[in-house]
Amino acid sequence: MRMKTLLAGSVLMGLAASFVAPAIAEDSVYIQLPTYRTGPYAGSGIHIANGMSDYLAMINARDGGVNGVKIDFDECETGYDTQKGVECYEQAKAKNTLVFNPWSTGITLQVIPKSSVDKIPVLSMAYGLSAAADGNTFPWVFNPPDTYWDGLSAIIKYIGEQEGGMEGLKGKKIGYIFLDAGYGREPIPLLDNLAQKYGFEVLQYPVAGKEMQNQSSQWLSIRRDRPDYVVMWGWGAMNPTAIKEAVKNRFDMSKFIGVWWAGGDEDARAGGAGAKGYKSVSFNNVGADYPALQDIKKLVVDAGNSHTPADTIGENLYNRGVVNALYMVEAIRTAQEMTGKKVINAEDMRLGLENLKIDEARLEAIGLKGMIAPIEITCSNHSGHHPLFIQEWDGEKWTSATDWFSPLTEEVTPILMQASKDYATSNAPWPTRDDACPAN
Amino acid sequence: MDMLYNILIDPFVQMVDAPDFLIQVVWEGFVAGVLYALIALGFVLIYKASGVFNFAQGIMVVFAGLSLVGLHQKGVPAWLALILAIGIMAILAVCIEKFVMRPLVGQPDIILLMATIGMTYFLIGLGEVIFGGEPKQMITSELGLPTGSTAFEMGERGLVILQHIDIAAAVIALLMVGGLAVFFNRTRIGRALRAVADDHTAALSVGISLNQIWAIVWFAAGIVALATGIMWGARSDVSFALEIVALKALPVLILGGFTSIPGAIIGGLIIGIGEKVGEIYWGGLVGGGIESWLAYVIALVFLLFRPQGLFGEKIIERI
Amino acid sequence: MFYREAGQYKTTYAADQQIFPIRQDRIGIGVILVLALLLPLVASEFMLSAIAIPFLILALATIGLNILTGYAGQLSLGTGAFMGVGAYSCYKLVTIFPEVNVIVHILLSGVFAAAAGVVFGLPSLRIKGLYLAVTTLAAQFFLEWCFIRISWLYNYNASGAIEVPGREFFGTLVTGPAAGGISRYYVVLAIVVVMTLLIKNLIRGRIGRQWMMIRDMDIAAELMGVRPLVAKLSAFAVSSYVCGVAGAMFVFFYLGAAEPAVFSITLSFQVLFMAIIGGLGSLVGSFFGAAFIWILPILMRVGLPALGVDIAAETVFQVAQMVIGALIIFFLIVEPHGLARLWAIGKEKLRVWPFPYA
Repeated sequence: MRMKTLLAGSVLMGLAASFVAPAIAEDSVYIQLPTYRTGPYAGSGIHIANGMSDYLAMINARDGGVNGVKIDFDECETGYDTQKGVECYEQAKAKNTLVFNPWSTGITLQVIPKSSVDKIPVLSMAYGLSAAADGNTFPWVFNPPDTYWDGLSAIIKYIGEQEGGMEGLKGKKIGYIFLDAGYGREPIPLLDNLAQKYGFEVLQYPVAGKEMQNQSSQWLSIRRDRPDYVVMWGWGAMNPTAIKEAVKNRFDMSKFIGVWWAGGDEDARAGGAGAKGYKSVSFNNVGADYPALQDIKKLVVDAGNSHTPADTIGENLYNRGVVNALYMVEAIRTAQEMTGKKVINAEDMRLGLENLKIDEARLEAIGLKGMIAPIEITCSNHSGHHPLFIQEWDGEKWTSATDWFSPLTEEVTPILMQASKDYATSNAPWPTRDDACPAN
Repeated sequence: MDMLYNILIDPFVQMVDAPDFLIQVVWEGFVAGVLYALIALGFVLIYKASGVFNFAQGIMVVFAGLSLVGLHQKGVPAWLALILAIGIMAILAVCIEKFVMRPLVGQPDIILLMATIGMTYFLIGLGEVIFGGEPKQMITSELGLPTGSTAFEMGERGLVILQHIDIAAAVIALLMVGGLAVFFNRTRIGRALRAVADDHTAALSVGISLNQIWAIVWFAAGIVALATGIMWGARSDVSFALEIVALKALPVLILGGFTSIPGAIIGGLIIGIGEKVGEIYWGGLVGGGIESWLAYVIALVFLLFRPQGLFGEKIIERI
Repeated sequence: MFYREAGQYKTTYAADQQIFPIRQDRIGIGVILVLALLLPLVASEFMLSAIAIPFLILALATIGLNILTGYAGQLSLGTGAFMGVGAYSCYKLVTIFPEVNVIVHILLSGVFAAAAGVVFGLPSLRIKGLYLAVTTLAAQFFLEWCFIRISWLYNYNASGAIEVPGREFFGTLVTGPAAGGISRYYVVLAIVVVMTLLIKNLIRGRIGRQWMMIRDMDIAAELMGVRPLVAKLSAFAVSSYVCGVAGAMFVFFYLGAAEPAVFSITLSFQVLFMAIIGGLGSLVGSFFGAAFIWILPILMRVGLPALGVDIAAETVFQVAQMVIGALIIFFLIVEPHGLARLWAIGKEKLRVWPFPYA
């Protein structure tokens, strides 16, 4: 009996192993999409997941994949939980994923050291470790189009413009309300730097992850301290709650600016009419009029191959999911061109990401012209510090409040390089890049 | 010296300097306290009748709110959704009694507590499978609840803003407690409930059906959960993140005593106001965010000096 | 018939009191150990890294909780935080004394967790049961807050997370991203087996018996000369030590990097469920429970699509949660002593086979 149990156990385990055995069919590449459609962050995660899956499904349906190579993808539910994230990563590794999109700063931090060992590129689009933009130190990690530090510097630049130039920041009080985790704490060093340089004062309002829905203390403090502007680094259920509280406390919404992850349509909608004027920095336009999105609607959603509610296509976070999938597809295409192979592997994918270049002409051909600014990733710069813009909630939908403008790259770069050096020393022996980037 | 000044004097100077702000802080704490009290009330009802420490009360709040909003999203009119949500809580109560409580009768407290933790997990999964995992907006105006706010000017710059929904929450909580008091003291079932709470065996011997009573109690707790879900959902969103906030009911119960309804109310208010005032005036000294544990530490200190709570009926097991 | 101790005579007290007095048990344990040692020969990297390693570590954490809740009868909802104390102190030790062997650090880090456990265990001298659960909740939330707020704990990293550096053990890399699954597996297996044996002996001995006396009836225990102060605090200390070591291992051999959110109340519940399903007050049950709770969702996640059931990723996740919740209730109703009891029943049946009873 004992032997039987053992046998049964080992058979079961063997089965489990065989399920995850690499399954490479002819002419297809595999990408695992770690997503979260449950848990406290699902409100943001669902739209992202829909956008990514639908775009990949559309490419398969419309073009028969990338140059005839189908993209075989499936989702792995992380629930924004790091434990499950590592499990998804191990599973993705076993199934030879081309690229891993953690969609959580915590999971990104966990997979960054593993990526160079397992040779799986990590694509953390505008999240994760800002320092990872340094391609010389982090050859396997990509965070285009911008890092958190770029985002913060763009917000400060925008505030400066509102105050009539960066000198206008002197003596101002800027409140920073953030999710009290790696994600929200990351911008603080740069914020302090900028505060010193431009002479404004920073007031911090941390929101604990499990108290996301109970922010009245933070907003009471904001009311007491009367900061001139409030900058928010929120995600998931934190955003709608914060916007509601801001409305409730009659904070001037036009002086309330969120990072791109605090820019969901549902987040702003929660504030009702009072949320009008709330702003968030962004790197993608909203709207469903782009030809590629119309193709998604026609070929994927209307064909019944997706759970996406049709009216959420074109919303901010949905489009952002599309952008993430777009990067992957274009990187595959680039890798195919560079290697001459049709079915590429994860190492080729890294090459593709490292030479990714999407210009206006390419965007037009894809059918997303105007949704994002053209981007270019290079060997030494894995983020690119691309232009951003500020969008404003008009009570119904997001509208552009500014043109595209560049972040304060010259402020960000030195501390970015320093941070990447610090990371490498504190994690010594950190593997060095085997193929040095050409000096530029 | 500076340190002492910051701890002992500065907060009070701030309070006197801006009395309008102090009023606002206390009001916010009061409203949070009302919601804690409502959750604690659900705990007390069940604890009194069956000695079960119902860890699942928090998820019942989420589940009730979610059923209401979820049904409305599927096209059911608000009034019907409310009735159906009450129906769902009734079905849930009967199922819990039949499939969980009845088979576990007579087991030690800890086993029953763990069963309710299991129930919590089950209900989280069930709620997400049926209604989806994303947070939902409470249908406040559709239910005829007020949404505006009133501001009172005080002095030159002073301003106190009261949300109508918060006032409604306080009123509804009051009505609910009043209703429960009438129910317990004036009705036949209420008296049977109190008999069960006093002594199961004696109640059984005079012909009270324990199973029926338990189902009713769980249903009553379900109604309280629904009211809490509506109120809390109106303040933030209805989402599963609420479930962890609901753990705050535990320190409330320690303060108020596990068996006392007035205790739950007053305990809730003390915790609600205490943690807001503590966070706003003292939290900054240690970097803020002390709200997440202050309530538990207050409860801990309380346990050392008055373990039966403010209004506890009997001395708890002590060593 | 298969499992009969008839004919196995014990002629000395020492022989009678050994850990595994029955020959079949000794053979069984030996076979399991050999299989565990041979596992890397057949297992894929995924099985080692995502199933076997976390399973062993969580089983150790479950043993830690079982000491407190199962043997000493003190309910704790703060396991996650105590594991966190272990992980953070191990991280600090490794960065402050980089030249000392990492295994030494892992074993030492439990000491800090034990200290935290004793501090938060102090109220257990006055209260018990549900009330004690609240004090462990206070530990959970307070310590979690410390992990976020005290930047010294994570060496002022901008990311606020602790990252595991690569460390060697007898020339093989055992921690850090470059460490292979096999070497990590063997280290984890060794620590878990040795600690389990030590705890087994502790529980058979004087201290363990005192814990069980306190659990079964504290007043009687006190009358018989057990000092509740010593017994309870030692239970808290040993339990937290084991949890702390498990927490350090969880980060160093499994996760590789950790944010404070890893040690949230969810982890506490996860470990508590493992203890309940496995069986409170049973060491072998801790392994069963950990295997069940850890492997079931993975099997569902990986297995259902492979069997052709078309089901969305998030639904699997949610259904797994429902199943675990339902199973907990089921076990509490049908078999409050958990899988360990089923195991014991199975052994009893084997003993009298082929007859229904002896």
